[in-house]
Amino acid sequence: MKVTLQINGAEREIDVSPMKRLLDVLREDLRLTGAKEGCGEGECGACSVIINGEVINSCLVPICQMQGANILTVEGLLRDGQLVPLQQVFLECGAAQCGICTPGMIISARSLLDTNQHPTRDEIKEAIAGNLCRCTGYIKIIDAIERAAETG
Amino acid sequence: MIHDSIVFSPTSLDEAYGLLAERSPGARIVAGGTDLMVLMNGRLLDAKDFIDIWRLNELRGVTDEGEAIRIGALTTYTQLIKSPLIQLNIPALAEASRTIGAIQIQNRGTIGGNIVNASPAGDSLPVLAAFDADVEVGSVRGVRRVSFNHFYTGYRKTVMKPDEIVLAVSSRKLKPDERSFFFKVGTRRAQAISKIVMAVKVGMTDRVINSIKIGLGSVAPTVIRAVETELLLTNAILDATIIEQARRTISREVAPITDVRSTEHYRRTVTGNVLAKILRQLM
Repeated sequence: MKVTLQINGAEREIDVSPMKRLLDVLREDLRLTGAKEGCGEGECGACSVIINGEVINSCLVPICQMQGANILTVEGLLRDGQLVPLQQVFLECGAAQCGICTPGMIISARSLLDTNQHPTRDEIKEAIAGNLCRCTGYIKIIDAIERAAETG
Repeated sequence: MIHDSIVFSPTSLDEAYGLLAERSPGARIVAGGTDLMVLMNGRLLDAKDFIDIWRLNELRGVTDEGEAIRIGALTTYTQLIKSPLIQLNIPALAEASRTIGAIQIQNRGTIGGNIVNASPAGDSLPVLAAFDADVEVGSVRGVRRVSFNHFYTGYRKTVMKPDEIVLAVSSRKLKPDERSFFFKVGTRRAQAISKIVMAVKVGMTDRVINSIKIGLGSVAPTVIRAVETELLLTNAILDATIIEQARRTISREVAPITDVRSTEHYRRTVTGNVLAKILRQLM
């Protein structure tokens, strides 16, 4: 099945099996390996991407539904190959250890900050409630997102 | 298995009805995918034919029909949370939607999917039960309405025929003397299947309960209404004594099992405690 979609601002056409998961299309066909499979069940959020402005688990999306969709992955945040402030704060705050959850966390944070520029800590927690981290204990991730909100 | 799949993506309901008539049983409907894709990822699905209904805009939208609110089957939990009509008229449904999965699931999961997935733990279902909702079901034979409280015939079994599709669910609005409550008990506040889940719609004048409907999940093979407890409380004057009686009655009335998430004893006890907690808020 041929599907045409916008990935990180560029139009791409792919030809894949219609029930292939968006996660696999991103990683295998488009070589965008930021989104990761942590569970394959929509529980961990490591596969989170933004589709038409909404943060969604790409492991649960069949590619046949993505015709004409506008997709943002963590790779799409870079500006001229440089980390943007939202990514920088994760480094500054020590918010990444193994890094597996990090792309998903950043995507969820991006989605939050797109609609709420001054989130409370509770709102940040709610926004990342669908992203599991086994390393950090979450505090530094919340700190990083709070700092990103403060510094714009 | 994924590579053999044939997917049809109808762009009209009539087209979908035709495909269902030809291809069921066997063909599986794909909406938001938050239940179906989990089965596929776990290799628990045998289907090769899929009918992708995501393009059927006829199944979207929350509309005010005067006496009732009509909710299209493809309405997502995020849309329910954000809908002023739902917030005003069926607030418990917005509350329930906030407890489902997390934001990533809420952006894709649909109320139609929650209904047909037919899990006894579906979080929107106790609300639909308490509000005496109606389900609209369509096929090549036309449209029929089924009372939500007659929709399930057993564990994960519905009255739907293999070639039918849920179009919408309709619910009465809260009346001026009514309030709704929703409470879910899970291992954590997000991404949890409930141990027990309750929705209550109650109408009161001063301390008298004019009407009360109690929907419950995860305490029986299907979503249920606690009819015995409702009978006890209807026309009763709300006080500490009746609350204690209600707590005992509902604990006895439910039929929970012991499973990976909880024990029968815990579920009975907590169901009673949650109802008591809700009733105390009304005093």
